Amino acid sequence: MKALDTWERVLLALIVAVYVGFGAGIDGFLSPYAVADSTYNVSEKALIALAMALLVVAGEIDLSIAATMALASLAMGFAMKAGAPLPVMLAVAAVTGAACGALNGWLVTRWKLPSIVVTIGTLSLYRGLAQVVLGDQAITGYPETLSTWGNGSVGDVIGVPWLIVPIEFVVLLVAALAVGLFLHRTVHGRRLYAIGANPVASRFSGIAVDRYRFGLFVFAGLMAALAAVLLTGRIGSTRPNLAMGWELDAVTIVILGGVAIEGGRGSIVGTVLAAVLLGSFTFALGMLNVSGIVMSMIVGALLIGAMVLPRGVRHLRTRFA
Amino acid sequence: MTKSSSPLRREWLLVGIIVLLALAVGARAPVFLTWRNALDIGNDSAILAILVMGQMLVLLTRGVDLSVASNLALTGMLCALAAKAWPALPLPVLVMLACAIGAGLGFVNGWLIMRFQLPAIVVTLGTMSAYRGAIFVASGGAWVNDHQVHPAIKGLPRDTLLGLPMLIWCAAAVVVLALVLLRWRREGRELYALGGNPSAALYAGIPVPRRLVMAYTLCGALAGLAGLLWVGRYSIAFTELAAGYELTVIAACVIGGVSIGGGVGTVSGAVLGVLFIGVINGALPVIQVSPFWQQAIAGAVILVSVVLNARADRHRGRQILERPAAAMQGASA
Repeated sequence: MKALDTWERVLLALIVAVYVGFGAGIDGFLSPYAVADSTYNVSEKALIALAMALLVVAGEIDLSIAATMALASLAMGFAMKAGAPLPVMLAVAAVTGAACGALNGWLVTRWKLPSIVVTIGTLSLYRGLAQVVLGDQAITGYPETLSTWGNGSVGDVIGVPWLIVPIEFVVLLVAALAVGLFLHRTVHGRRLYAIGANPVASRFSGIAVDRYRFGLFVFAGLMAALAAVLLTGRIGSTRPNLAMGWELDAVTIVILGGVAIEGGRGSIVGTVLAAVLLGSFTFALGMLNVSGIVMSMIVGALLIGAMVLPRGVRHLRTRFA
Repeated sequence: MTKSSSPLRREWLLVGIIVLLALAVGARAPVFLTWRNALDIGNDSAILAILVMGQMLVLLTRGVDLSVASNLALTGMLCALAAKAWPALPLPVLVMLACAIGAGLGFVNGWLIMRFQLPAIVVTLGTMSAYRGAIFVASGGAWVNDHQVHPAIKGLPRDTLLGLPMLIWCAAAVVVLALVLLRWRREGRELYALGGNPSAALYAGIPVPRRLVMAYTLCGALAGLAGLLWVGRYSIAFTELAAGYELTVIAACVIGGVSIGGGVGTVSGAVLGVLFIGVINGALPVIQVSPFWQQAIAGAVILVSVVLNARADRHRGRQILERPAAAMQGASA
């Protein structure tokens, strides 16, 4: 695995630039607590971005992933209200996420539909269902354990107070390692690249293309459930607008990470670096009191810049070579 | 991909469903079948229809414009601010301003996509949030309220001509222009060819880059016009205006049979898709379904219509193996 390909190096340099640049400009930005805090900004989004990266590498996309989070959180809340213990609540969230993903996968593989249309439809459907069930209410009163997972640090849990790494971030690192090994070190990962590059040729070379696609959508649903559990624990409530618009953030992270939207190219290292870059950048802007909507404008411009830049460079290189 | 008989059948099917739906709702609540209510639905659908015509041009080229709602809101805000700052601006100037700003924003999309060979979905995803943020920057986060919106802007959608509101006339004019462009103008026919097979279109001498930019620019201009009408109709401009509306626009196109894969779609189908959404949205409150259902129903309708579409496509492909009678049955089912 070329872990530090050109683009990954650029991302790494940008992350360093963000920390050094804003660290010099903002008091306390480089304090360990602020750095630990900045990871909250990114961990849950990065979890769904990991699943999105696999999908995009295989030439698919899932725009319903954030709406799936809302449904998974909702199901968990209902399980809690019904008096279920924590493990059952988690299982209910996971099953809901997997079911949402399975519906996407079934529609895409069984009916040969483009995943962007299907998931625009299921985005409305899932988000709408969450609104129908919740109305303008919220579910609160989650157990303490969930809040610890969402807000606590590893140090608190194992009794080492100075270890302030947030649990969410550790979950992300473990997930990234697992997904990274899967994509870059197993034959299944190689097949995802093949499917993304040319699904027809992959089919003829004996890859069960539809089975992989279906599996990826289910996996995306499961990751959405995991992210939903962490987010619900962190904010301590389920609301119908939970994770609203996050599908776009996830796509932005994936593209910024160097995954080609047409499929067949990209790496998990790049995706994680892009998530960290975006998270630290928006955290810094937040410390500068930049409003959320301006942040999203900058992120949008970044997304376009991230795509134009490499092509512009390639263009210049061919012109002057 | 162009087919001679099946789009027609599909459109009649849609007409049938819409009529049945209206009659069924009318049976439960007769108020639904009044002229007044028809006008309401027409008014509600007019802005959507304008946006759908633009989006359709882009979809035909195998692209997609996710930034239409942000473009609408940004243009609406800029026009409202301009009219607030210079109250002397006459309405035609404001309309031209709206179209020009919208076209400029659309051109940026088209140029980025064409010049750097970028996928449309990602570019317009980026401009979607960029334009949305620009509204906040332009207005400083403030709202332009009812009493601050220029009377000319407020009056535009409300004025009536021959008993119909101007809003409906605007939509009708845009639909007719789209019809002329796509049916009789060379530029419009070239969009179909380009979407059906981009490389073949290039070899056939179609100026592909110019047509691409044209489609996005026109889509943007229509989004700008819709922005002015939107601000006038609801007499308010704010940052979150029409947020998420791009999905409704794409949904109307998909329901109306405009393929996301490019090259397939008719103006009449797209208009029927708009009417379908308009009738459903108008019917929900009448039959006392909570508005929370609206989004879930829209999602379900999109899914059902794309699945039906895929089924129709498959039957067409298999016709050689099936008896003509069986194939006919399958396609009309």
